[in-house]
Amino acid sequence: MNKPLRRVALAMMAMVVLLMGNATYVQVIQADELNQDGRNVRTRYERYARERGQIIAQGQSLASSEKTEDPVYKFQRHYANGPLYAPVTGFYSFYYGSNGIERAEDSILDGTDDSLAFRRLSDLFTGKSPRGGSVELTINPAMQQVAYEQLTKQGFTGSVVALDPRTGEILAMVNAPSYDPNLLTSSDNNEVAAQWNELNDDPDRPMANRAVSEIYPPGSTFKLITTAAALQNGYKPNSKVETAARIPLPGTASATLPNYGGNTCKGETLTMAVAYSCNTAFAKIAGELGPEKLREAAAAFGFGEDLQIPMSVAKSDLGAMADAAALYQSGIGQRDVRVTPMQNAMVAAAIANDGTMMKPQLVKATRAPDMTELDTFRPEELKQSVSPEIAHMIRDMMIQSEKHTKGSGKISNVQIASKTGTAQHGDPDDRPHGWYVAFAPAENPTIAVAVIVENGGDEGAEATGGSIAAPIGREVIRAGLQGGG
Amino acid sequence: MPEPAAQTGATSGAPRVLTRRGTELFMLVFAAVIVTSALLIVEVSQEQSVTQELFLYGAAFLVLFGAAHVAVRRWAPYADPLILPLVALINGIGLVMLHRLDLAEAYGGPFTAKQIIFTTVGVILFVLVLKFVKDHRTLAQYGYTCGFVGLALLALPGLLPGSISEANGAKLWIRLGPLGSIQPGEFAKILLLIFFASFLVSKRELFTTAGKRFLGIDWPRARDMMPVLVAWMLSIGIVVLEKDLGTSLLFFGIVLVMLYIATERAVWVFLGLSLFSLGCIVAFNLFDHVQVRVNTWLDPLAPATGDSDPGYQLRTGLMGMAKGGIDGSGLGKGMPERTPWAASDFILSAIGEELGLIGLMALFLVYLLLMMRGLRSALAVRDSFGKLFAGGLAFTLALQLFVVAGGVTGLIPMTGLTAPFMAAGGSSMLANYVLIALLLRISDAARRPQAPAKPKPKQAPIAEAHTELVERPR
Repeated sequence: MNKPLRRVALAMMAMVVLLMGNATYVQVIQADELNQDGRNVRTRYERYARERGQIIAQGQSLASSEKTEDPVYKFQRHYANGPLYAPVTGFYSFYYGSNGIERAEDSILDGTDDSLAFRRLSDLFTGKSPRGGSVELTINPAMQQVAYEQLTKQGFTGSVVALDPRTGEILAMVNAPSYDPNLLTSSDNNEVAAQWNELNDDPDRPMANRAVSEIYPPGSTFKLITTAAALQNGYKPNSKVETAARIPLPGTASATLPNYGGNTCKGETLTMAVAYSCNTAFAKIAGELGPEKLREAAAAFGFGEDLQIPMSVAKSDLGAMADAAALYQSGIGQRDVRVTPMQNAMVAAAIANDGTMMKPQLVKATRAPDMTELDTFRPEELKQSVSPEIAHMIRDMMIQSEKHTKGSGKISNVQIASKTGTAQHGDPDDRPHGWYVAFAPAENPTIAVAVIVENGGDEGAEATGGSIAAPIGREVIRAGLQGGG
Repeated sequence: MPEPAAQTGATSGAPRVLTRRGTELFMLVFAAVIVTSALLIVEVSQEQSVTQELFLYGAAFLVLFGAAHVAVRRWAPYADPLILPLVALINGIGLVMLHRLDLAEAYGGPFTAKQIIFTTVGVILFVLVLKFVKDHRTLAQYGYTCGFVGLALLALPGLLPGSISEANGAKLWIRLGPLGSIQPGEFAKILLLIFFASFLVSKRELFTTAGKRFLGIDWPRARDMMPVLVAWMLSIGIVVLEKDLGTSLLFFGIVLVMLYIATERAVWVFLGLSLFSLGCIVAFNLFDHVQVRVNTWLDPLAPATGDSDPGYQLRTGLMGMAKGGIDGSGLGKGMPERTPWAASDFILSAIGEELGLIGLMALFLVYLLLMMRGLRSALAVRDSFGKLFAGGLAFTLALQLFVVAGGVTGLIPMTGLTAPFMAAGGSSMLANYVLIALLLRISDAARRPQAPAKPKPKQAPIAEAHTELVERPR
């Protein structure tokens, strides 16, 4: 019986070898996947036992970790000015994961990034518990503060984005209404779940990041794109354009496209059409250019492209523009045209920066736990949206536009270049979204801004971009110019 | 393999055989040192105060296994010197892990105190078996008795009302009120092994008689296939009545391997595996709990559907192992308590988490060594029953390890056996100590010097020699 016994011995060895092979598979090859699985409580507990780094803007701590008494959740995340910075920092929750910078820069904040590998090793030898690095933002706290106050003091729903057109640094990114990420950081499951549900059930959607992930009809602010397309295709600033109070929509029985208030346009040239925001002029121009040229011009400004700032920015889009009527309406930013506030700020910034669009970025630098710099932000050219000449032409038109824009908050010694928009969006009460995109100072721009106030703000159907959005944009610019932007 | 029990004292007349008991004692001390160090590491990393008491535990451990050693010295002096230390090492590491899980207040605890009692009772049983079973061959005489008692024990929980016998969806237990509960299947395993070994040894000629040749295979006669069919139906019966995949798999595997060893014919393995596959398909189609386990095995990372998340346990276990990685989190520094039933079914994943792949592999090798020492005794022992019985015992250990370790690492579907000598649980501990005692008894017989052979008569001149019947070597 020894022969089968020896064979059984071999079989037993083979069984153990199989077990070892499989254990190797689980613990070496499959390990990454398992460790990164969202349901892995061990990874989560481990993270909560470690001091996470800070999120900083101009020396202010926006998010930090505070020691608790709890032996398991040794640190709790704290947001010094929660609702104000929520669109930027995002939240970091044991139960609901994270978003915003907390997610985008997780490996630095968590201390697991490769650039921190050497420090982790030295911590291991010196017996220090590992800590996360810090992330310094490009945000200008003064502008952020003003933008948020301007939106919330009137109870508006909307968003403000401000950029430095020269570098693409994001100076302000604000949503209203906002939420307090501190609500989600507790280690009490029931408490956090209740608050999470409340935030998610809120009809005002305070957790929606309107600045980057909501798309809106741009209304007249889109005329900047139509103008760019026109200038690239033979139009001059003083080219004569349509001035009629209303024009028929081609291909429809009796539908017409009116100017604002149903008036004849006061200016006959392209420049004046921008200044007075004449709908009929731009509808005609769009119809003349055709969908392809309009699309090209928009693509040059970044429409339809993926963008990480490092959060993902929703794609802006022109829609189908299937027939001539749609084309007419698209030319004035209606119909299916959709943009994010970020995209609109980028359009203004590209025009301000001699036609060169810089990649928007939120992170100025990443730092090791001892605050030594790991990596620093370098401005990155995204694309040449228009030639410098055309950019200057559009700038001059926007200066004219600002002159004809009502609303308060004008700054006496600073010239602003701007464009307003009043976007209908099928609201039954006809309360349009008010837009304002601008940059300043016009001759040497350091700030570009986009403001949207949803559903007419406090003015309802009477609202225009000039009346509700422009004052906010001007205040933000003022804060930036004075507060050392 | 040459027998190490070499004769050294040829000149002194009576042959002196190395018993290697000193080696056993030395290895036991070695195991005690490892276990005590492991305990020390756990205490330090769990921020417990380190006192001299720790060494008392180590000493107590040594005393307990020292007693077992003395029993071996007395009643089985020629037994294999490595088997007992290997068991002591596995058991000790298991105790340290349970203590560590107690400190973390893992689900179902505390375990350690109970497990120490089980270990002690196990060692007492071990000593008793060595004392009272003087010769393993006597067991063969009780083959049928063992078989009947074993079957009865096995069937008992399935026939008892669920309130007494059911836990976690399987009917394997007999609750004895405050005394806790026992799993009669664990003991039935050994009794049935005795039955099969004695039955097969007496009937093996029958099985080797060739039946019809068909498709290039010598098929056994239908009536000779009865034992396989009975074993197969038995294991299906266990699945149906007791919902216990592990025990079912274990029995079927043991019968198959013992048949193979007894008959030396691979056709039994082939037949058995075919029947097994058939059984699997039938079980999969008939029983929900089998389907759940198979689906969990196929994709442990599948998202939960609705309220039920059958993959949770396996997934958390796998995540623990993944977290441990190659070198582990260190004893006491992982989170094995996050896995449900970390102390029983999933103790191997707790080892994988805290001692890493390296530790888990070392443990597998310790088990492998233990099985190989068992098989070595089977090879060396002279009687067929002993060979078959020892082979069966060693294979039982192997299959238990394979089924449980394969289950928690996702190699095969989870079946709910426990890692021998490690996992929390009394019945398994006691039964496995009996198993080891029997293995030592056989290895003692294998290495015991034979009664001095009669001096060979001088060979007669070839012309006058008788015709001798020479047995064909096996």
